[in-house]
Amino acid sequence: MFVLVVGGGKVGYYLAKELINAGHEVALMEKEPRRASHIADEIGSIVIAHDGCEGKYLAEAGCNRADVVAAVTGDDEDNLVICQMAKHHFDVPRTIARVNNPKNEAIFRHLGVDELISPTRMILGSIEQDIPVHELLHLAALGEGELELIEAHLQAGSPAIGRAPRDLSIPDGCSLFAVIRDGVATPLRPDTIMLEGDKVIAIGKSECQDLLHSQLIGEAVAADA
Amino acid sequence: MKIVIVGCGRVGASAADHYDRAGHEVIILDSLTAAFDRLPSTFRGQALRGDGTDEDVLRRANATGADVFLALTEGDNRNVMASQLASEALGIPRVIAKINDPLRAQAYAELGIATLCRTGLMVDAMDSYLGLPASGLPGMLAPSGHHDVAHHSGPPGVAAGQAATSPDGASGTAPSTIQEG
Repeated sequence: MFVLVVGGGKVGYYLAKELINAGHEVALMEKEPRRASHIADEIGSIVIAHDGCEGKYLAEAGCNRADVVAAVTGDDEDNLVICQMAKHHFDVPRTIARVNNPKNEAIFRHLGVDELISPTRMILGSIEQDIPVHELLHLAALGEGELELIEAHLQAGSPAIGRAPRDLSIPDGCSLFAVIRDGVATPLRPDTIMLEGDKVIAIGKSECQDLLHSQLIGEAVAADA
Repeated sequence: MKIVIVGCGRVGASAADHYDRAGHEVIILDSLTAAFDRLPSTFRGQALRGDGTDEDVLRRANATGADVFLALTEGDNRNVMASQLASEALGIPRVIAKINDPLRAQAYAELGIATLCRTGLMVDAMDSYLGLPASGLPGMLAPSGHHDVAHHSGPPGVAAGQAATSPDGASGTAPSTIQEG
């Protein structure tokens, strides 16, 4: 397979190296001349020291016969343009883009990039798996820092599911005032039945947290408190 | 008309001033506040600091609902990306991207964006002054196609206006693009 890699940062460099080791034909484009010659010293004369966003240089690099174009520069807009030019101007069958801003994934896909790799999204996913999601989330400190705005995500096992605020023993100085359900925020009334998946927004004194936790999430955090 | 301009360089600032004087509602974005020094003190539009290739920034700048979107930064690719976001994610009907590379200017006109290629415009202006034949390079190009949404599985999911031209626009599936969460 002939793979054209655009962007000679760490990702592009190791990608090219691995592809060569696996027996593929590789060309690497890196516009910064010193970086380009450094890579050429390391892995041989497959490096084209030109900007892979320019149609002229993509053509010179043999983009029209590439089986895969991988755009792995650090700039999303460059990666988008490289893939679009490869796809629409050079008829490359498979384009892969590195996406730094996860919000760009949708538009890249919509604009015809075949495959997206988002390191940000991957790391985020990995971190989120490790964070217990059933805790109270502190949104903001209010007043003189004595009050806190808190979000509680009701998940299976929460004693609040199927009940309304008036059925719970909400600590004094604390108020449950809104619920976010399916992305829509509505006021939480004393008789609103709470459902699994709801995000309940509360405001209250910091010392109410343990009690709130036991009412909305389940087992108290600090049982000995 | 409501006109959004990304990039407050000489061209962006001049365009902003010109449209503002003509009575249009102008919003201009640049990632450097210092760029707004180019705007005259009489400018009545909005000047906002932000990255025009970030969809969140464009929405926060209230670019949605604009009639015209002009991507006039110094970076061809930034202009390409900003204008595609404007057209596909925000549904802005008339979008122009400044692209100085003639090949890219031609390619993106074919992909549905009006492009403005300074290289071609300047060469042709010189040719015309010197009485020489035109270069054939692209200048101001109207969009001559639309990017091929049939290539991939997801429906276009873009704002109204695009849907009519999309082969699978009526499929009724949830929009694949933009605005998650």
